[in-house]
Amino acid sequence: MAKSSSASADQSKKRGRPPKAATGKHLINDFPETDVLTQLYKDMLLIRRFEEKAGQLYGMGEIGGFCHLYIGQEAVVVGLQSVAEDGDSIVTSYRDHGHMLACGMDAGGVMAELTGREGGYSKGKGGSMHMFSREKNFYGGHGIVAAQVPIGAGLAFAHKYNNDGKVNMAYLGDGAVNQGQVYETFNMAALWKLPVIFVIENNQYGMGTAVTRAAAGQDLCDRGKAYGIPGAQVDGMDVLAVRAAGEVALAHCREGKGPYILEMKTYRYRGHSMSDPAKYRTREEVDSMRKQHDPIDQLRDLLVREGIDESALKVIDKEVKQVVTDATDFALTSPLPAADELYTDILVETA
Amino acid sequence: MAIEIKMPALSPTMTEGRLAKWLVAEGDEVRSGDVIAEIETDKATMEVEAIDDGVMAKITVADGTDNVAVGTVIAHLVEDGESFDEAPAAAAVAVAEAPAAAVATPAPAAPVEAPRPAQIMAEADWDGPTKTQTVREALRDAMAEEMRQDERVFVMGEEVAEYQGAYKVTQGLLDEFSEKRVIDTPITEHGFAGLGVGAAFGDLRPVIEFMTFNFSMQAIDHIINSAAKTLYMSGGQMGCPIVFRGPNGAASRVAAQHSQCYASWYAHCPGLKVVSPWSAADAKGLLKSAIRDPNPVIFLENEVMYGQSFEVPEHDDWTVPIGKAKIVREGTDVTITAFSIMVGRALEAADALAAQGISAEVIDLRTIRPLDIDTIVASVRKTNHLVCTEEGFPFAGVSSEIAMQIMEHCFDYLDAPVERVTGKDVPMPYAENLEKLALPQIDDILTAVHKACYREGGR
Repeated sequence: MAKSSSASADQSKKRGRPPKAATGKHLINDFPETDVLTQLYKDMLLIRRFEEKAGQLYGMGEIGGFCHLYIGQEAVVVGLQSVAEDGDSIVTSYRDHGHMLACGMDAGGVMAELTGREGGYSKGKGGSMHMFSREKNFYGGHGIVAAQVPIGAGLAFAHKYNNDGKVNMAYLGDGAVNQGQVYETFNMAALWKLPVIFVIENNQYGMGTAVTRAAAGQDLCDRGKAYGIPGAQVDGMDVLAVRAAGEVALAHCREGKGPYILEMKTYRYRGHSMSDPAKYRTREEVDSMRKQHDPIDQLRDLLVREGIDESALKVIDKEVKQVVTDATDFALTSPLPAADELYTDILVETA
Repeated sequence: MAIEIKMPALSPTMTEGRLAKWLVAEGDEVRSGDVIAEIETDKATMEVEAIDDGVMAKITVADGTDNVAVGTVIAHLVEDGESFDEAPAAAAVAVAEAPAAAVATPAPAAPVEAPRPAQIMAEADWDGPTKTQTVREALRDAMAEEMRQDERVFVMGEEVAEYQGAYKVTQGLLDEFSEKRVIDTPITEHGFAGLGVGAAFGDLRPVIEFMTFNFSMQAIDHIINSAAKTLYMSGGQMGCPIVFRGPNGAASRVAAQHSQCYASWYAHCPGLKVVSPWSAADAKGLLKSAIRDPNPVIFLENEVMYGQSFEVPEHDDWTVPIGKAKIVREGTDVTITAFSIMVGRALEAADALAAQGISAEVIDLRTIRPLDIDTIVASVRKTNHLVCTEEGFPFAGVSSEIAMQIMEHCFDYLDAPVERVTGKDVPMPYAENLEKLALPQIDDILTAVHKACYREGGR
């Protein structure tokens, strides 16, 4: 959970990059305790290893259809979830495995859905892009670019209607920001002061089109200006920067001030989906992001500088590996859905 | 020479109105543009302006007169100094020149689709008191009653709150339920349909009004991809309890982009229920059921029907089940299926057929999906002839589906091929004569029945 740390400016300098987005009077020196840092590390690593395994299973033919991996972007959802409250809701696009894990959904259930098995979150009927968990406040998993944006505002509408003090985080990509319904939603969210954070995960490419070729104007965080929605640009490869920015945005929403935009500058290492050869960018570009800005490596370095024992990190690595191995075993042994599942769950039965 | 002032048509579907108040008296001088009277339509109170300068010579329809047909002469204006000769001023003459042929009858005019309470069988399970209500009032009451019962129900759409509804269906709801639960949206169908879906995911019970279903095309992605499919895609974990409602089908003289029936579009997709009532009682009972239903429901109303009156059971917990058709007239020779406005036309056709010695059974489908095929099959087994009617286009229409299902269920009971009476396979034209040709008329039903029954007059 979020904590305001008493670390001095000197300390935070020593401890690496200060959170860039932490501006204004909110929690400038949010430097988490070590156990929080290790949890962030573990959460990001789980997504990384899970996605690597999903990529492998795809290559083996165990996962079909589209499979959009989140590798490289882990800091975004892990950072924000680490400062969210219980009951805050999340909705995202089809690049959703990381979000589900960060919400605490079971890795086995997610992986089994990817393999289209009975034990999957959607009983094998949704697949990679369509999973949900009301219990964990994860509302999908939406395959239509930007459809999740008004849905997120609708969840925020429900939070406000019920006066429950919760916030919705609606994630969208740099490709989705050009969809008309995003602006229809910005308008309504601002008019009605809905508690929703629009998290733009700017990974620089909407499928194969660089953001500079698709989006006019300057920064995506300014796309809400006409509606009076404040926006911040954040180093989305730095989980601490994400956390700090998230605290500011969440506080804004919880105070009843309406929506907020966070543009997370991030990067996906893999193609748009498994079938994308990614010819639109150079190997050097990908490598330089991986080597210089990897969110997990950066946090690992920081933990080491903080004096954490390398062996402790190895324990985490091993635990994560085990979770993924178990999830994979489950996903490969869970039976295919029964044939009669074809005709269930079309309508809720009424008396 | 005296100028006749006639009852104006203040909306595309207005057939009559109430002359609420004269703001001028006989002998008063008026100038073009002066407001001379207030007229109440079924949608709103409108001001009538003088279209010429002159003196009010004679007021022929008094304050407070109800059901004044469009085109009726309501006053005479003379030029200043001119005298008014009452003799030739026969209102009936003016009425005959009324612009809309359908309303060229003296006041009080019969509505276009006159309800026929004598022929409508009462809802089988209702023998309590009833009251006369318009479809519009019945829909409003359905929403209000459900909002009183369930705090989660809210109404959202364009002009639903302060304006009291573009077609006055949500009249009075804002006053009772406040802006928290009756919400005016910007003109942004895609956005507010998606927002409604999100609110339903968040366990609220949204009633989303489209000003007309034509505009739901902007939002159809959310209706199909987000609302209809989520229950399945989530393995039954998360449904979408939402109602999308509004007028559907042809209005009057508004041409192709505002006149279309979407019943077969929405009925095509698994995961949606599609309801399209005719009578006020069904409108009320089905809308209440739709709001209570845990699934997304498309609720197709008809603008032309809003002002028509029917008997409605007086009970605030009275509902009509979704998925049950209703036999609105029993017969033995031919089955006619219809929904929404076509039910009235089918009943009129049945009257005409009775005079010809053909006994027609008329089934009001009420729900398009899930289709109550059992009721149709039982009827066809009895009559052995079937004519399916609808206002929508013929290709891949509701009638085509019924014809196919009848072949699957009771082909051997058919004595003739199934006939369809549908809208023509053209975008809706504007011109009055072409519009009439494009829409299924009573004569089209008669011709189809004659053909199905091998009677003279069939094509």
